[in-house]
Amino acid sequence: MSRSLLLISLLLCLLGAAHAALAQQRLVHSERSLYREVLVYENGDVRCMCFTRNCRVGRQSCIDTRHPDKIVMRYPQMMLGALFVNPAPQSVLIVGLGGGTLPRALRQILPNARIDVVEIDPAVVRVAHRYFDFAESDRTHVIESDGRVYVKRAQRSGQHYDLIMLDAFDHEYIPEHLLTQEFLLEVKSLLTPQGVLAANTFSSSRLYEHESVTYAAAFGKFFNLKRDNRVIITRLGALPDDAQLRATARQFAQPFDTFGFDAAEILPLFTQERDWDPRARVLTDQYSPANLLNLER
Amino acid sequence: MQTALAYLIAGWSGFFVMAVELLGGRLLAPTFGSSIYVWGAIITVFMLALSLGYLAGGRYSMNAPSVRRLGAILAIAALTVVPLLLFAEPMLDALSVAVPDPRFGSLLSALTLFFVPTFFSGMVSPYAVRLLVQDRRNSGRHAGQLYFVSTFGSAAGTLLTSFYLVLLLEVNQILLGLLLISTVIGVAAWFVHAPRNENEQ
Repeated sequence: MSRSLLLISLLLCLLGAAHAALAQQRLVHSERSLYREVLVYENGDVRCMCFTRNCRVGRQSCIDTRHPDKIVMRYPQMMLGALFVNPAPQSVLIVGLGGGTLPRALRQILPNARIDVVEIDPAVVRVAHRYFDFAESDRTHVIESDGRVYVKRAQRSGQHYDLIMLDAFDHEYIPEHLLTQEFLLEVKSLLTPQGVLAANTFSSSRLYEHESVTYAAAFGKFFNLKRDNRVIITRLGALPDDAQLRATARQFAQPFDTFGFDAAEILPLFTQERDWDPRARVLTDQYSPANLLNLER
Repeated sequence: MQTALAYLIAGWSGFFVMAVELLGGRLLAPTFGSSIYVWGAIITVFMLALSLGYLAGGRYSMNAPSVRRLGAILAIAALTVVPLLLFAEPMLDALSVAVPDPRFGSLLSALTLFFVPTFFSGMVSPYAVRLLVQDRRNSGRHAGQLYFVSTFGSAAGTLLTSFYLVLLLEVNQILLGLLLISTVIGVAAWFVHAPRNENEQ
């Protein structure tokens, strides 16, 4: 009896907490697209883009409305660590726009670089413009296309990039054709000789092992940055050593400071430790059950 | 035996069509993505091919129907998947260059890759109805049972492929497995003689 009472009161507390959390979030905008519902919520000064009601399954992108330069979420901070490997890219490809945090930050650091962003969902592009301070220019282009379709097209027209960022994944759904060895090799073929790849990926579930061996099959060694999310950073040829990384990281202390984080915090995340099962099956166009693998903890 | 085989062929054909349809999405994704319109293109082609297959199967059943021939239709449907196994990738690359719009590119690709096997699969059901129905009174019941078996097969093919098979096997391995099972059933039907249907006219 007392146990069930305890359970009930616990449940009530949980409900109350959930209600309080929801009450703080205000829905600012929502629109349906071909792919999903794009929602914008505000919680104090923080405005976020979500693809699920009340951001139930993670937030896609956030902005601090009072300090729009600040990078609120942690994974874009890690993605910018790619600059430690190649500090001055002249051309950048970003797959997946979200709220446009990455192109906005890169535009500030690299005023002259060409930045191409591929986004499949026109609604996301509209919302990024309207609510997330994202702007296109003669040097920042958005291409509305499937990531893989664009990469193949770029490959055929002989384009190359100094920095490629893959940010097309969601906690809930992975476009499986963007997580195969063939896709990564196509991406690799777009890199210039000094080009760098940064990918925002998964840190939990059985998929971790498969994803790791797939990146290893396409690129050999890579930096494996883990903190909430997992970010993979790699390039053609040998990876830089710690001293080189530290030297380039110093260049970014000041700009990263304006984004509200410390370059020195990102640096220690660069590790090459292989903490996965090397016998896991490589994901290919023929074998790509990424979403099924992501279900298994 | 005849009856059982006719049902088996119809049920397996249902399984086969849906498994190929799901794997079709897999084959097109690297070239055209996996947007709703890619699925739309695939489903359109499957429905169109099935509908025309129904017409053709009904027509073909007018002329000396037999379980043998029904098995042959199943085997032909399976064999027309072979080009898909061998040439899907270069074909898709060529088609995506010829038609860069991902909607019409995927529609044309689905048409090229999946129309023929699905057309032959569509022939199976009406042809099997002809073998099963003996009198008018029972015709609805037989047709109902046949729809049941064939659509139940489709449900099983959809579930098994999307929940389990893609986790265990490569796309081409699954296609090859489907093809072999169809061929085995087709050959089995070929060796079963059909005294009953020869007497009917």
